Amino acid sequence: MQTRRDVFQAIADPIRRDIIGLVARQSMNLNSIAENFEVSRPAISQHIKVLMECGLVSIRRQGRERYCEARLAPLADVADWMEPFRKMWDRQFTALDQLLDRLKSEQTTRTKSEQATRTKSEQATKNNKNKKP
Amino acid sequence: MNKTTLQVEAGKQELFIYREFDAPRDLVFKAFTDANLLAQWMNPCNMTMHIDEYESVDGGAYHFTHTDPMGGKHVFRGVMHEVNAPERLIRTFEYLNLPERGHVVLDVLTLESLPGNRTRLTIQSVFRSVADRDGMVQAGMENGVTESHQLLDGLLARLSVRNMAIPMG
Repeated sequence: MQTRRDVFQAIADPIRRDIIGLVARQSMNLNSIAENFEVSRPAISQHIKVLMECGLVSIRRQGRERYCEARLAPLADVADWMEPFRKMWDRQFTALDQLLDRLKSEQTTRTKSEQATRTKSEQATKNNKNKKP
Repeated sequence: MNKTTLQVEAGKQELFIYREFDAPRDLVFKAFTDANLLAQWMNPCNMTMHIDEYESVDGGAYHFTHTDPMGGKHVFRGVMHEVNAPERLIRTFEYLNLPERGHVVLDVLTLESLPGNRTRLTIQSVFRSVADRDGMVQAGMENGVTESHQLLDGLLARLSVRNMAIPMG
């Protein structure tokens, strides 16, 4: 199963919510973020990785330091009360995309085999004509 | 990637759903009117779809049941007012699980051909009241994302970004 990477996934964990809260005030390097939590630094890095994949933070390099910055626009996107309704349709339409792709490829295969049959029979007709005296 | 966009204006009895597809119009139309195809993609929120009746002709009736993962059944029915291949489908739509009958919706589905064998779908849904429309949109919330929304609300309150501009669609 592919792991979901969206805003809901990003905010599902309390530590990740706290990280967003921290870096929303000011961009911070990874060590400063980790100092605010009792969990290990690798665990914090992992949470930040998830947040990056969900599009809620980005990393900016400045000299030797890596600063974590908040990207809050996706939050506003789902805060919208109609977003779950939109998402419900979007999931269905994504399934429809896959169905349409399958139908298109079936159509192409069918057309190709029809063409092949036609070419063969035309060839046969031609050969028959040539045989005639 | 093709994005689904909504147009839901405050205080109106209608809403619009827009989506483009990388497929020719006749194929998209077929996916909406052929019951066997419809059942393959119209499964919101991990539901399974059982079609009892689906007559894609002018005046034809349809009737289908969505079963949610907990076994709950959601029954829908309506009538096809106009089936005009491959450009337009007009139908009524009613969710029979509501406490009372009569909250019917008029759906107008329009398909436009776009260059490159693409198709643009517009669904206009017209409701009997603003409350009916808002109730339908709100129902999207009840499908397992409520908890996430509460978490999000808490977070947003802390960040005070509640009044950030919300991009439409």
